[in-house]
Order: sequence, then structure tokens, then C-alpha cells
Amino acid sequence: MRALLTVFGKEFLENLRDRRTLFSALLFGPLFGPLIFGFMVSRMLNQNVVESNEPLRLTISGSDHAPGLTHYLEAQGVKLTFAHFSEAEARAAVHRGSAKVVLIIPQEYAARFAAAAPAPVLLVADSADSQTRKTADRARLFLGAYASEISQLRLQIRGVDPLLAEAVPVNELDVATPTGRALVVLGFMTYFVLFAVLMGGLYLAIDSTAGERERGSLEALLSLPVARSSLVGGKILATCAYMCMSLALSLMAFVCVFHFVPLESLGMSTNLGVATALVLFAICLPFVPLGAALMTFVASFTRSYREAQTYLASVLLVPTLPIAFASIYSLKTRGSLMFIPSLSQHLLMTSVLKDEPVAALDVVVSAGASLALALVLIVLTARHWRRETMLG
Amino acid sequence: MIEASHLSKRFGSIEAVRDVSFCARDGEITGILGANGAGKSTCLRMLYGVVTPDGGHARINGIDVRGETSGARAHLGVLPHASGLYGNLTARENIHYFGSLHGLGRGVLRARTAELARVLGMEEFIDRRAKGFSQGQRIKTALARALVHDPGNIVLDEPTNGLDVMAIRNLREMLLALKAQGRCVLFSSHVMQEVAALCDRAVIIGHGRVLADATVHSIREASGAASLEEAFLKVLSRAEDLG
Repeated sequence: MRALLTVFGKEFLENLRDRRTLFSALLFGPLFGPLIFGFMVSRMLNQNVVESNEPLRLTISGSDHAPGLTHYLEAQGVKLTFAHFSEAEARAAVHRGSAKVVLIIPQEYAARFAAAAPAPVLLVADSADSQTRKTADRARLFLGAYASEISQLRLQIRGVDPLLAEAVPVNELDVATPTGRALVVLGFMTYFVLFAVLMGGLYLAIDSTAGERERGSLEALLSLPVARSSLVGGKILATCAYMCMSLALSLMAFVCVFHFVPLESLGMSTNLGVATALVLFAICLPFVPLGAALMTFVASFTRSYREAQTYLASVLLVPTLPIAFASIYSLKTRGSLMFIPSLSQHLLMTSVLKDEPVAALDVVVSAGASLALALVLIVLTARHWRRETMLG
Repeated sequence: MIEASHLSKRFGSIEAVRDVSFCARDGEITGILGANGAGKSTCLRMLYGVVTPDGGHARINGIDVRGETSGARAHLGVLPHASGLYGNLTARENIHYFGSLHGLGRGVLRARTAELARVLGMEEFIDRRAKGFSQGQRIKTALARALVHDPGNIVLDEPTNGLDVMAIRNLREMLLALKAQGRCVLFSSHVMQEVAALCDRAVIIGHGRVLADATVHSIREASGAASLEEAFLKVLSRAEDLG
């Protein structure tokens, strides 16, 4: 035990002096997620605000043929740009982006309209562009409203109740709760948290194994009268310590981001304060030794820093797999899923963030499964360290 | 005292060490001489217990290395072929790390480090980080690290490899000082002059076997050669004729 603590103290101190470790553990790892997240959310926020407040801009061609429609659109506050386009010209203009959405009113419109026959208009837009698609949707709403107003008038003039034309009016009920809508975004957040946990220990796991071999200090260390399991234990414990720091910093950064980004205006509510952050920390804590043991185990087989980095880059992706799997199949929190590390932490964190009740048993199973797997990996690592092949 | 009796080790189909026996006594410097790949490192690694022999025993002060690894290692200082330092730690911290892994208390550690720093002339760089050390400073720190628990025996694997003239000179003086203190010093080398200049006894190893084990003087006499280098070549060719 004393030897284990000695190894822990040395690894902790040594890496505290290493700029590379500090950068990845305490800067890049914990801050990368929250910054990307804050940027994404504020972009979404800006777009929504811009779209709902700004008047619709529409390029109209052949407005002379439809003075009534033109007046209606202007009265609704649509900003019209007048042009004379053929269909091909309109298509080219939309392609170039010089006009977002073009409304073409054909020459025969006036005659057909006067005869109360269907008078088609043509809306030219690029549906692959999410921005113009929204503009086109809004234009379609205005045109639909105009058309139904005219048809109601026509029916009234002919002494027909316009309600007859409305056989099945559809009412919509949207059951998405404000936090539920934020689910996709929260999925990102929990991944960033788990990513920060792993990043926190990445360089320590490499430095204490492949680094030890590369700088030639391994053989001297292995020839000391110390049990190999103490060496491995101390190294993994030091890795855990850095991962905990990274986790704490990451959660603190998220609390700050959520504090400054007004999520409510996006229709999301958030409960991420200090208290929730502490709960999230506790949920992630069993994932820490698992990640540390996994990275140390993998790095123990490598001969150099570079090789270790290559292998551990794929280890960083491991926690994404269950999360991606869960979102593809839109899995809900379920007891059996609590046996899968990273997925169970993701689901529990998401539940906490959504203010859903969390079953105590789920928390226990999640922690137990992660810790058990961690223990297996620690034992395997210690066993590998006892082999002669460790010397290389 | 370091004893090897009938040590053998094979890696796959290669017999790296075959029935090697020798003894390195206290107050003497023993050199293990051999070409690259002769099995020197494997022999030494079995002595300090990081490689387990397939047959035979290694004993440090009579303690069996395989049976009581920790007990045997407590009497043994090791300077492996690769003796890298932790660059982000100071020389003192490097020494303290190994010392506390040997189970030394804080007070003993401080006194021992101070003594080693004085003896090895490390005072001016003892509290500097090891990152920018010269070869001489590195070998002194590595040696201090190996001696921190005051072992009666010390094993060095090709300690002069890659060192400049000054550092080799330094090392030679340090080894002679260790001998004068009555310790058992065992080192491997492929440089004849080094062994001839330093050692009381030489063990010549070729193809994993002991070809000669005697004082440097008697090896020379027995082969009728003028220098140890010639003697070495003669012993080697005779072994090849027989083998």
C-alpha cells in the first residue's frame, strides 16, 4: 500500500509539471465540449430569433398580373422584390443564390382568376438549403392563407356556407416538453463529459506505461522489491485523479455555459446548477477507474508514445459507440441497459438533466457494472506487468 | 556476494543462456565479457529477477532470487542497460522515488541522498530537473538511484555504453570506490580495455556458455596472449572449434 501511494504521488507530481498533460487534462479535454456546445446553442438561438422576427423576403415576377395577391402580401408585411423572370431565369437565380425564393405569376393568371378557375402560381426554391426551405415554408403559408380567403369569398358570394368546404379541420397537439426538445443537444453534452473524463487521463496512461519504456526507466523500476500490482495500482490511481479533475472542470464549464446561454428562449429549460453538477459527477465517478484501467491496459502493450497515442485515439471513441447505438434505436432508460458502461452513465445523466426520476437501483447497477469491469481490467493489467515480455 | 548456478534460459527456439555458473565476491569487481548477443544481459536480468530462469538458481548474499525476490533485491542495486531518469523530476526526487519504493523512511532517505550527492559530486545539480542533464550527470543520478538503499551488491549492465571519456572515467572511479567499501560489483561489457583496467575477475561468455572464469591475469596467462583482447579471441575461437 505504501509503495502504491509512492507511485501515485510520483506520477501525480511528475505530470503536474508536464505541459502536455496539463493541456490535455485540464484545458483541452474539459473545455472543448462546453465551448463547442455553447457555440452550437448560441448559433441555434440566433437563427431562431432572426427567422421569427425578420420579415419574409420574396422575389416576385409578374406582379402586374396579380395586383390583389401583391397587395395582400405587402399588407402581411412581406418585403417584395419585383423582377421579371422566366422559369429558367428564376431557377438560375435561385441556384446562384441571388434570390432565395421566387414567386412567378404567369400571364394567364389574371384571366383565370377572373373566371374563378384555378390560377396556378410557381414557387421556385432550393429545398436542400435549410435556410431557404424555411423561407419557402413561410411563403407557402401566406399563399395558402390568401387562397383560402379568396375561396371562402367565392363560396359566400354564391350563397354557400364556407364551412362546408372544411370537412376535416386538423388540430395539432405537440407533446414535446421544453426539456424533452433539448434531448438531442443533451446527448452531445453527456458525450462531451465522458470525453473530458478520458482526455483527463490520456497522457498519464501513456506516460506511466509507454513513456516509462521509451525513456528507459522501466527496467530499473521493475527490478525494485515492489509488487507489480502496486506499481500498476499507483499508476492507475494517478490517472484516476487527473480524470476526476478533468471531469470536475468540465462540469463546472458546462454550468457556466448554461448560465450565460439563455436556453429558455430556445424552448429548453435547464436545471444544471451546482447541485445537479454534483449529481452528474457522482454518476460519472465509477466510469473514471474503468476508463483509467482501460487506457493503462491498452498502453501497457505499446512500445512508444506514438504507438500508444494511435491506439488510445480509438479508445477515446469507445464510449461513443453505445451512445450512438442508443440514439439510433432511441433507447429509453431501462434496467438491463445499466449494465453497459458509458451508455448507463449517458442515460442516467440525461434523465437527471431532464428532471426525470432516477431509480436508485439503476444507479447502483450502473456503478457496479463499471467498477466490476474496471477491476477485471486492473487485474489483467497487473498480470501483464508481471510477464517478462513487459521489458520489451 | 552474487552467485549464479547452472542458469539457463531459452526464448522460443533460441537458447540464450546455457548452464551458466559463476560467482562474484564481495570487495571485488567482476566483469562479464562477451560479444553482443552472447547472453550477458539475459544472465544479469536473471540475477535481478526480471527474467525467470528455466533452470538453475541465482542467489544474492545466499538468498534465492526466485524464491524470495524482494528479500534478494533488498541487497542488490541495479543499473540496467537502459537507465533513463524521470525528466520532470529533480535528481533528488528521482533518488527519493526509488528509495521510498525500497521502503526507506524519510529521515534515512534524506541522509542517504545527502551522502550520495557528496560522494558522487552531485551537489550542484541535485535539485535541478533531470531533463537537461549531461551524460555524466545522468549516470551519476542513475547510480545514486541504484545505491540509495545501501546495497552490498551492485549489478551494472553495459554501464559505459554511449558515455564520453569524462563520464567513463567518472564511472570507473565510482566503481573502484564501491569496491573499496567492500561491496560486490558485477558489470557486463564488450569493451576489453575496460574490463582489463577495472576487474579483478572476468567471466567470458560466448553463445550463452561460460568459456572462462578466472582472474584477468590468469586468463591472459592460460591463453598465452599478451592482452586480454587477444586472450578473449583465443578463448572464443577455441570454444568454436570444440562446439
